[in-house]
Amino acid sequence: MVTTPESSVQALARYEPVIGLEVHVQLLTATKIFCSCSTKFGDPPNTNVCPVCLGWPGALPVLNRKAVEYATLAAMALNCRINEQSIFARKNYFYPDLPKGYQISQYDKPLAEHGYIEIPGNGGRKKIGITRVHLEEDAGKSLHEGFADSRDSTYLDLNRCGVPLIEIVSEPDIATPGEAFDYLTRLKEIILYTGVSDCNMEEGSLRCDANVSVRPKGQEKFGTKTEVKNVNSFRFIKQALEYEIERQVELIQSGGRVEQETRLFNAAEGKTYGMRSKEHAHDYRYFPEPDLLPLVVDEKWEEAVRRQIPELPEARRARMVSEYGITAYDAGVLTASRALADQFEEAARAAKNPKRVANLVQGELMGRLKSKGLEIEQSPISMKGVAFSADLVEAGTISGKIVKDLYDLAFERGQDFPAIYEKEKPQQITDTGAIEKIIDEILAANPKQVEQYRAGKTTVKGFFVGQVMKASKGQANPQMVNELLDKKLGS
Amino acid sequence: MRPEKITLNYLDLNLLTIESARNAVQERQITATALAESFFRKIQSEDGNIHAYLELSKDRALAQAARMDALADKGELLPPLAGVPLAIKDVMVTRGVRTTAGSKILSNFVPAYDCTAVARLEQAGAVLLGKTNCDEFAMGSSNENSAFGTVCNPRDLSRVPGGSSGGSAAAVAAGNAVAALGSDTGGSIRQPAAFCGVVGLMPTYGRVSRYGLIAFASSLDHIGPITRTVKDAALLLRIIAGRDVMDSTSAEVPVSDYTQEIGRPVKGLRLGVPREYFGEGLDPEVGALVQTAIQSLAQKCGCEIVPVSLPHTEYAIPAYYLIATAEASSNLARYDGVRYGFRAAEAGTLAEMYRRTRDQGFGAEVKRRIMLGTYALSAGYYDAYYLKAQKVRTLLARDFDQAFQNVDAIVTPTSPTPAFKLGEKADDPLAMYLADIFTVVADLVGIPGISVPCGQSREGLPVGLQVLGKHFDEGTILRVAHAYEHARAAS
Repeated sequence: MVTTPESSVQALARYEPVIGLEVHVQLLTATKIFCSCSTKFGDPPNTNVCPVCLGWPGALPVLNRKAVEYATLAAMALNCRINEQSIFARKNYFYPDLPKGYQISQYDKPLAEHGYIEIPGNGGRKKIGITRVHLEEDAGKSLHEGFADSRDSTYLDLNRCGVPLIEIVSEPDIATPGEAFDYLTRLKEIILYTGVSDCNMEEGSLRCDANVSVRPKGQEKFGTKTEVKNVNSFRFIKQALEYEIERQVELIQSGGRVEQETRLFNAAEGKTYGMRSKEHAHDYRYFPEPDLLPLVVDEKWEEAVRRQIPELPEARRARMVSEYGITAYDAGVLTASRALADQFEEAARAAKNPKRVANLVQGELMGRLKSKGLEIEQSPISMKGVAFSADLVEAGTISGKIVKDLYDLAFERGQDFPAIYEKEKPQQITDTGAIEKIIDEILAANPKQVEQYRAGKTTVKGFFVGQVMKASKGQANPQMVNELLDKKLGS
Repeated sequence: MRPEKITLNYLDLNLLTIESARNAVQERQITATALAESFFRKIQSEDGNIHAYLELSKDRALAQAARMDALADKGELLPPLAGVPLAIKDVMVTRGVRTTAGSKILSNFVPAYDCTAVARLEQAGAVLLGKTNCDEFAMGSSNENSAFGTVCNPRDLSRVPGGSSGGSAAAVAAGNAVAALGSDTGGSIRQPAAFCGVVGLMPTYGRVSRYGLIAFASSLDHIGPITRTVKDAALLLRIIAGRDVMDSTSAEVPVSDYTQEIGRPVKGLRLGVPREYFGEGLDPEVGALVQTAIQSLAQKCGCEIVPVSLPHTEYAIPAYYLIATAEASSNLARYDGVRYGFRAAEAGTLAEMYRRTRDQGFGAEVKRRIMLGTYALSAGYYDAYYLKAQKVRTLLARDFDQAFQNVDAIVTPTSPTPAFKLGEKADDPLAMYLADIFTVVADLVGIPGISVPCGQSREGLPVGLQVLGKHFDEGTILRVAHAYEHARAAS
């Protein structure tokens, strides 16, 4: 028998990856975690600094209460248990953008532990464990490029020093790059809902490192892991993991060994490259930070923070599906951000018929957005605009046909619905004679319904209103139609 | 009207106390300006042999003196330290006045902000004469580790003044400042006070803000007064003590009026005498003088003498040198040549810049302690060294808790020997470390301690009696020291 070399696809199928993610999220506090400097992004370099965040001799940290509140809120939204007492620790290493020579972080007693996130999996849901959520300070930025003497000099911008971060460490429960993507998407969505971070990856307010190893299916022991850094989008994380898994499997298949190391992702090539491991063989010499007292979260305060947890996306989607009768997909789109969902619900609740708002969003708005390639945040028609149009339809002022036309116009001109309606609203027929004429025709054409009405089934009136409006192409004044119908049917 | 001629005949600068200096200014026997100027003249002519000062802050002193004089001219009631010339150990940062911590690495450092304790003194009217010499980063027991030359003991210029607050103690002893601030991490206020024949008070940890105190070992560092009388120590403590929002470890414990407290009788107070402090290594002359002092407290002041035991005393020195060096290794990481202070010129890479800067910028003892501390925190050694040392600390605290159930204060020698010769122990770090044997425990436990002169050896060298008290019970140790001071003066 002739054996052919195993294809890489077959080889891959015999291994399973084990992935754990470390996510850093910047908190949206107005001031830094240990001093009162502003956290504003994009200010001129080294303007938001003081003796504390510059690590000047004699300066001491004082913990920002708001940072603790935000971190606690995020940890609760991630289903974590909040530790009554947590301890700040110093992580010691030398780097020019780390002014004190140590980062104040948390080590063996973090703020929160034992959480999870649910992601879609095998037809149901899969829980990805969260090992810990802890508070720490950000470092500054080293600017290696963009200056005349960048060849032999590095510049420092220490504005970011001391901006509060939470680090969210997952359990190695993630089995595929796709799951990693889902985990990150959910994580970001939840954090965004709590409002404690803007999770803006371009500005570095959300950063992710991935730990990945592979092991033959069925083996319990983990393989040797590598840490992939420098990845600045979820899509790239997925790509980097796919590359890294393949690389590790190939390495093992060809008799090699995976080395524990840090690897940087090159987005242009879609590949990871090992850093010289010596450079990063750190012993951080963690020890409890003597300048700060243990962080105590008492029950009362914890409860007060718990009350601030908003309805989280998963729950909100389920409620919206049942409350407005929209599809799960549309609920997903409408809950993409808390602000959007809030706008939608506000509009829906302000409208005469919330379901009609939902129907218009689903039936008229989504399709147009999709065909134009627009995100919902870029929609020319706002949620208020949708609600406005819904009320017009509800009152019978305009027909469904006219709504479609006006939506087309709004998308064409990039204007919101009320503006378009003002300009284009069909001339109303207010001429009593003309309306009476239409009514007469409708009544003549539907003798059965007239009989029903006269027999006491007054709800049939709605049918006549609809017919008259339709016949007038939505242009008849609805109030007059109502009055004249009463008159004619009553006689 | 301002006094026309300044007559200092009746104001002997060597005998001035805080109260007498302030009253002379208040009663306009002398202007604050003239007082400051006469101190500067005296320093000019006398400090050359002693070298207690590293930097004089004449501009700042004279500006403050002028403010006090202006108040006095208006006939206003002056603040408690009005016009009182004080010296500050050079580990406390002073705005606009070079602050070196006795280190080459900070030889050009001019801080932009004031240490809280210094600011409080100035708010109370004090005039800051200048910055006093000390062991580099307060690491030493003889002041021989200063990068800017040794200090000579004014009582015998061939001997050390003690350390690390040697400059402050020498300046006060020589009459070149009315009083001074020192810092105490392992005995650095009390031991030099004993060696120079003045009073040195280390308050409870948390009693005085550490903001602006250049950190050596954060969990052990204390600021406290070095004065000529116990009453002056009480007065200064009252000014500098109390909660500071800039130091998270400063305590919310009310500050007593210690100057009132010292007047209360000590009759019936129970004083513990720990047998562990009177054994091997104690100079017989020192032992005899301290025993005489204890007898005087019993016979003349009516205190009850109670033998006590502090069984874990022998572990204090090793525990101290692990914890202090561990924290120092981290606290001194910020001196990297990147943002301020000394930077070695001839470096081609970042690593080289770090290495050369720190090699050239730090002295031998500082490097020794950084190495020790780095080792103690290293992976694999942390539990055996740092963690175990912290456990010893707990045991030591328990020793004192038990002793204080039976006694109101504990009396011991401050140092096992009087001031030794310059150079005598400079090459024997272990012998030097043992000079702290009676003082380090209070730092480790966080309790207050005071050293008060209790006589002279046959060679005319001062010896100190140490009184240790319960947490935040500075009142009692000041009372005991004050009672003893008066009993001794009367005999």
